[in-house]
Amino acid sequence: MSTLTTREPQRIHPHRFIMWVAIGSIVMMFAGMTSAYIVKKNQGNWLAIELPVLFWYSTAVIVASSVTMILAQKALQTGRSASYKALISLTAILGIVFISLQWMGFKDLELRGIALIGPQSNSASSFLFVITGLHMLHVLGGVIALVVLFFRAFWAKTSETGVVPVQLVATYWHFVDILWIYLFIFYQMIA
Amino acid sequence: MSHEAVLHGDAHGHDDHGHHEHHDTFLTKYVFSQDHKMIAKQFLITGMVWAVLGGLMSVLFRLQLGYPDSTFPFLEDLLGKWAKGGRISPEAYYALVTTHGTVLVFFVLTAGLSGTFANFLIPLQVGARDMASPFMNMLSYWFFFAASIVMLSSMFVETGPFSGGWTAYPPLSALGDASPGSKTGMDLWIVSMALFVVSSLLGGLNYIATILNMRTKGMSMTRLPLTIWALFFTAVLGVLSFPVLFSGFILLIFDRNFGTSFYLSDIFVNGVGALPNEGGSAILYQHLFWFLGHPEVYIILLPAMGMVSEILSINSRKPIFGYMAMIGSLFAIAILAFLVWAHHMFVTGLNPFLGSVFVLLTLLIAVPSAIKVFNWLTTLWRGNIRFTPAMMFAIGFVSLFISGGLTGIWLGNSALDIHLHDTYFVIAHFHIVMGVASMFGMFAGIYHWFPKMYGKQLNNTLGYIHFWVTIAGAYLIFWPMHYEGLAGMPRRYYDFSIWESFKQFGELNKFISLVSMIVFMVQLLFLFNFFYSIFKGRKLTNQNPWNANTLEWTAPINPGHGNWVGEIPEVHRWAYDYGKDGVDFIPQTTPVGADESQH
Repeated sequence: MSTLTTREPQRIHPHRFIMWVAIGSIVMMFAGMTSAYIVKKNQGNWLAIELPVLFWYSTAVIVASSVTMILAQKALQTGRSASYKALISLTAILGIVFISLQWMGFKDLELRGIALIGPQSNSASSFLFVITGLHMLHVLGGVIALVVLFFRAFWAKTSETGVVPVQLVATYWHFVDILWIYLFIFYQMIA
Repeated sequence: MSHEAVLHGDAHGHDDHGHHEHHDTFLTKYVFSQDHKMIAKQFLITGMVWAVLGGLMSVLFRLQLGYPDSTFPFLEDLLGKWAKGGRISPEAYYALVTTHGTVLVFFVLTAGLSGTFANFLIPLQVGARDMASPFMNMLSYWFFFAASIVMLSSMFVETGPFSGGWTAYPPLSALGDASPGSKTGMDLWIVSMALFVVSSLLGGLNYIATILNMRTKGMSMTRLPLTIWALFFTAVLGVLSFPVLFSGFILLIFDRNFGTSFYLSDIFVNGVGALPNEGGSAILYQHLFWFLGHPEVYIILLPAMGMVSEILSINSRKPIFGYMAMIGSLFAIAILAFLVWAHHMFVTGLNPFLGSVFVLLTLLIAVPSAIKVFNWLTTLWRGNIRFTPAMMFAIGFVSLFISGGLTGIWLGNSALDIHLHDTYFVIAHFHIVMGVASMFGMFAGIYHWFPKMYGKQLNNTLGYIHFWVTIAGAYLIFWPMHYEGLAGMPRRYYDFSIWESFKQFGELNKFISLVSMIVFMVQLLFLFNFFYSIFKGRKLTNQNPWNANTLEWTAPINPGHGNWVGEIPEVHRWAYDYGKDGVDFIPQTTPVGADESQH
């Protein structure tokens, strides 16, 4: 496939660029959601919900996972393969912990008698469930990507081409982190 | 150096070089192909299948509208219980209208149009071997294919396909008990549309990345052909607006299946009683829908505009008039597209002050639209025009865009819209300006780039017949609808013959239905021309049959995967040096001479 290479030096790797545009696209989806949230809230019939305390812990966990991701990239750059694999795994585990904490947060709400879905639910709690759940799915996607990276680390020698997928996952991982921080602040401010 | 490479490519132009470099199996070459050209053809042919099905549906419901008192026994043979006694049932009528709209807007004029031409033209015109991610590009088609299969299968479920209109407003879409089509048909509709959104996002991401990152040496942004600029803005619109529709769909799924109250409130349903839901707002869905819905109009229209700009310039043998103004107006349209969605919602109880803001922003679109129209007309002015079928369709596009655009000024006005909303005036407006006009852009593109796609020529005589019948038919079908709409005739009604006030339009409806059948038949003639020419068409002897400047014509006839043999050509000028310094055309690969005048 040598004919498929372009001869001009690239400004930014096309795949990284695609990732940035995709992030823009995901931002629009969540912007749509949070705008709908505001519109719906102003129409009344809105239940003020106190966020589960667990969401604070999950926020700390996802921020920590971004730090381990940065360290993993550093390890990869300096060729410390073992610590790269360890840090990648740690990031994935923190991601799973984050998802579990969010889920437990939902359970906490239900224990307080706040229905998330079903005829008894208020759209305030339903929105919280749908938006947070959608974000959880995006984190899950990131975890799957991290697992793939972890196995790739065993298959292939980390050459120059192997760096791009790690960069892609890292960008995406920081994005879902920032996205959660935005959502968390949004819930605090608006609800 | 690269100029020599181009000459080298020319010398071998008649051979099919790409193939011996890749040993493709049937499966990787025709089915799971990662070659952008093959993916483009897949999009095109799937789009054509949907165009035939969607067109056939319109003919069927036009039978009902034109001949409400007659029975057609063949309908019962065709549709079974949906047309008992040879007359289409109201449920079937609504299903046909809904599916016609969904399919034509999304599957034909979005996937079929930008899926085809963005895939085909972007790498070839910017000078790239393929898309930024050929794999994602392949996925994009197969998501579309899956969406198609799901939509098709919704036609065959017991309760019928979704029948609540292509906009899928709740409660008809959110409530299974609302109508037969709101049951399984709607479930399949929403799955299909979700797959479709994924498909267009995967495609759009690739188009943007390819245009910005994969241009060949010398291809600066201001040397790009206008097709590429138009496809670029189309992709940006899609990538930013489809996700919002998606979030609207997610909330809809929760209302349908998990008892939430985003859109549903305690409305009373006949036979069911009051719903347990509380406080939902159907208008919320409309906001989310039209935030995509309006940009979608431009997702459909911009690729056609880009191709028409290109074809008008090539066949007028003149540079496009106002190249930068064309880009600027595309940009302005793309921005305004996001700021006008509520003009679809003037009668929803929208705050009149807010309405007036949307009126202003809507009417502002007339400015970039007029810039484009005048630039097209001045490109034609005193041109040495070649009336090829592609050129005819491009000119037809301009005509339709003007006719349909002017009624947009009526509808964009909230005061007039109170009267015209949901009447045949709206049907006439958007079919002319968006539906038929974009179809014309698509036909223009097919006639123009068919030689590049298949290395054969389409039959011109059939092309001219296709053009004249279609343009005459388009006006004969949709022009009278303006009068019907002004008289208050509402859209989506099953039978107008029972209203005294609309009886006067009985004959007119018959006439419209008759013309629509003739126009449909002529599209079959086009299909014959298309498929016959793929196999038996005149073989191309010249790799640049239109004497055009853009890069795709420097690639060999029937280029292989990778497009160019040897090096990718280098670009030295813009794409519109026609008739410059007395030279008929100067390809983009020709270096600028020392004594050449500057443009």
